[in-house]
Amino acid sequence: MDISSAPILSIVTFLPLVGAVIIGCLNRDAKGNARWIALWTTTITFLISLLIWINFDNMSGAFQFVEERDWLGVMKYKMGVDGISMLFVILTTFLLPLCVISSWVVIQDRVKEYMIAFLVLETLMIGVFCSLDLILFLVFFEGSLIPMFLIIGIWGGPNRVYATFKFFLYTLLGSVLMLLAVLAMYWAANTTDIPTLMARSQEFFSPEMQWWLWLAFFASFAVKLPMWPVHTWLPDAHVEAPTAGSVVLAAILLKLGAYGFLRFSVPMFPLACQEFAPLMFGLSVIAIIYTSLIALAQTDLKKLIAYSSVAHMGFVTMGIFTFTTQGVEGAVFQMFSHGIVSTGLFLGVGVLYDRMHTHEISVFGGLVQRMPVYAALFMVFTMANLGLPGTSGFIGEFLTILAAFKVNTWVAFLATTGVITSAAYGLYVYKRVIFGVLVNPALKTIKDLSYREIAIMAPLVFLTLLLGIYPAPVLDVTAVSVKKLVAAYEAAVGPAAALIVP
Amino acid sequence: MQHLSIYAPVLPEIVVALGAMALLMFGVFRKATPGGDFATAWLAIGVLLLAAVLVATGTTGREAVFDGAFIADGFARFMKLLIIGGAVLVIIMSFGNLARQGLLSFEYIVLLLLAVLGMMLMISAGDLIALYLGIELQSLSLYVVAAIKRDEVRSSEAGLKYFVLGALSSGMLLYGASLIYGFTGSVDFGVIASVAQGQSAAGNIGLTFGLVFLLIGIAFKISAVPFHMWTPDVYQGAPTPVTAFFAAAPKLAAMALLMRVVFTAFPGIAPQWQQIIVFLSIASMLLGAFAAIGQTNIKRLMAYSSIGHIGYALVGVAANNEAGMQAVLIYLAIYLFMTLGAFACILSMRTKDGILEDIDSLSGLAKTNLPMAFVLAMILFSMAGIPPLAGFFAKFYVFAAAIKAGLYPLAVIGVLASVVAAYYYLRVIKVMFFDDATQSFVPVERGPGFVMTIAILFVLLFVLVPQPLVNAALAAVQSLQTVIPVP
Repeated sequence: MDISSAPILSIVTFLPLVGAVIIGCLNRDAKGNARWIALWTTTITFLISLLIWINFDNMSGAFQFVEERDWLGVMKYKMGVDGISMLFVILTTFLLPLCVISSWVVIQDRVKEYMIAFLVLETLMIGVFCSLDLILFLVFFEGSLIPMFLIIGIWGGPNRVYATFKFFLYTLLGSVLMLLAVLAMYWAANTTDIPTLMARSQEFFSPEMQWWLWLAFFASFAVKLPMWPVHTWLPDAHVEAPTAGSVVLAAILLKLGAYGFLRFSVPMFPLACQEFAPLMFGLSVIAIIYTSLIALAQTDLKKLIAYSSVAHMGFVTMGIFTFTTQGVEGAVFQMFSHGIVSTGLFLGVGVLYDRMHTHEISVFGGLVQRMPVYAALFMVFTMANLGLPGTSGFIGEFLTILAAFKVNTWVAFLATTGVITSAAYGLYVYKRVIFGVLVNPALKTIKDLSYREIAIMAPLVFLTLLLGIYPAPVLDVTAVSVKKLVAAYEAAVGPAAALIVP
Repeated sequence: MQHLSIYAPVLPEIVVALGAMALLMFGVFRKATPGGDFATAWLAIGVLLLAAVLVATGTTGREAVFDGAFIADGFARFMKLLIIGGAVLVIIMSFGNLARQGLLSFEYIVLLLLAVLGMMLMISAGDLIALYLGIELQSLSLYVVAAIKRDEVRSSEAGLKYFVLGALSSGMLLYGASLIYGFTGSVDFGVIASVAQGQSAAGNIGLTFGLVFLLIGIAFKISAVPFHMWTPDVYQGAPTPVTAFFAAAPKLAAMALLMRVVFTAFPGIAPQWQQIIVFLSIASMLLGAFAAIGQTNIKRLMAYSSIGHIGYALVGVAANNEAGMQAVLIYLAIYLFMTLGAFACILSMRTKDGILEDIDSLSGLAKTNLPMAFVLAMILFSMAGIPPLAGFFAKFYVFAAAIKAGLYPLAVIGVLASVVAAYYYLRVIKVMFFDDATQSFVPVERGPGFVMTIAILFVLLFVLVPQPLVNAALAAVQSLQTVIPVP
């Protein structure tokens, strides 16, 4: 079979759905089969998706593996990836098998439905990154609300109903405004083809229209990302979601917002982006400092990681809105790295939750005496989260701050204080959970990681360290696409204006 | 016989009318089991299917009969097929329920047929007299049907309320029609259009007055706010199969009538009716969203939900362009399937002890009957407008039309209301999926099961093959447009 001609993106996107349908056809009690089918489906999807990486042409900034079919008249079913989106397709397919394994023992209730929800979610998430049509993008983007709503609501913690409603309604509110903007773009440009819109946005949209469109897209992406002050759904959703749900939420769904900025706001509304850059800087810096401080005061482990996610996303938006190659590459790297590190952290918290059924920090202490392996692995993720050089967390933060420094010194200065605070809460929580005296009698019998848990954590640790030391695999893939993005932006606003004078 | 062929476009209506009469005779002389008359019901389905075939093979162009009082065109064909299809599915899914309540009598079936006949006449109305005749035939049948469970207070109350308010609205409609006749000198939509065309806004105050009253009458039939008061009570009071019929067919017919009136009789004074429609639309969307939040009875919830949906469909009418009309037709078609599916689920909310209507009685349905919970959840997500389900595309098209027409405030209010509405749909899903089971329903019967299957397939798979419906709606709209005089 000639691989290059096969519709590989569609295969990767819809293979999980096929798995979901197969599980749906099983009889009610087939828990084990449901798990195995889900594992096989996600693994095969991951392996096939590696073909995308292997056959990907790093030197080309154009969309690759493009597929196009008739769908709704002007709106086509069009798929394709460039350097930025390809990375997240791989990230998604890589994390889903881990999610399935991590839920292997914990989820005993309604296993079939659980696996179906995750497989459907995987299809929708991959679809978001692959779609090259605005309407198709919307369908996948909003569609991911349904499985996530059910995942948090059915398998979540005690306050799950509140959390999942908040998550759903917040996100929906942003999405519907984006829907209107997409419709306005459709009538203005008479096409919903993303490459065409990226290339010719300046002819289609007047500066004033760009301004409004930017705001509508911002409403959606800011909620999804989430940015301060619309981030409040995230801690609730994270605390209540089951471990794998938190992983998907933090590692992939949050990235949809930043991906949206990169895919739509910057290339399609460059003039508005330039105008709103100070606002974005302001919100990013607030997010970095404010949520880091809040994280310091948390008593719940998951909440702490959730707030630290908001802070990390602040670096991403800051990097994107510097409109420099360095900043955008740093942002993309930060997104990828956060995807891996936050997965590690949430899985780590999940390990504790499975044993103790709580995320309260005060319950723990002195775990290193009973769980040395766990302490070591958790340390890697904690260090990566606070951006220690040598871990993947450092590269993204460093590049974005570097880029911000050139554009606006004060922004860079303030963002750097966030790095310090993040070190503070990171080390502080690590100390309280892992070190100290083991006083809680319930912890005296706690068991260290099982082989299954080590198997999930190992690849994450490996990637965290690898990318920290040798970030080239990610940067090489994105470089050309990012350069193209920045060049297009500079062409639109004029190179002199691209630098915002502090 | 040559001259009779000019009546060919009316053939489906003639078939339904004769069928209703024949079934009446059949029922009277046959002495069937009281309240369990399955034979008549099946025959009625046969009559409706025959009429559907005749409609489907009928013209897609435009044919006028009875001096333009009756118009058969692609638009009428599209809407009639929807209505007949809806009526057939409602009858299929309500057999069992009606028979258990002892309500499946031949009178009920005949009245439904007459109501369908009235709706078909409404859709094809080409002048004000035909319009009124269609509305009254439909309404009078429905008043009786609403009160069919005559030994129950709620049902009688529903029928009486519906009748009193309906009569009031008919009066307003007639008053409006007489004003329009007085100021234009004709009852024919085409003539009204050409007279209205030539007048300035100041010169046609009387016509505008007439238009307002006419629209009030129609707004009552589609239960647009502020003429919606009867809807929740009638929905709740009437037996569930009747409610299902109310939610599906008459609204579609009245919307079709509204479209025909505003687009063929008053295109020249569009700004006048547009602002009325915009108001009705905003009010319906907001009330449909907010008033439903506190409901505990699922039928009342569906009533408010249907008010909201009509608000969204009106967005397309308000847009006053081809995309808008197409959007309304798409919206109505998708709404029909979602409503039928939802009511098929509501009809199946039954334990050994009887029928349940509380939302709370659905608790834990996902554990006791996952397929039904899945169907209802997907239909509710679809009603909330979440992609990739069909309901998203319904909203997508109406808002696309509104944006095209530059009605930005209307579109923004609409989408914000849809977020509020999403809340109460989610609440029902929450009860089914997140709460613990308190009781289990008896297994779903074949009739509702059949309708559920059709509805869920439509809702899930519409995203894969949207083109047939979209193209059919476009063709229907184009046939309606041909009669609009070129300004």
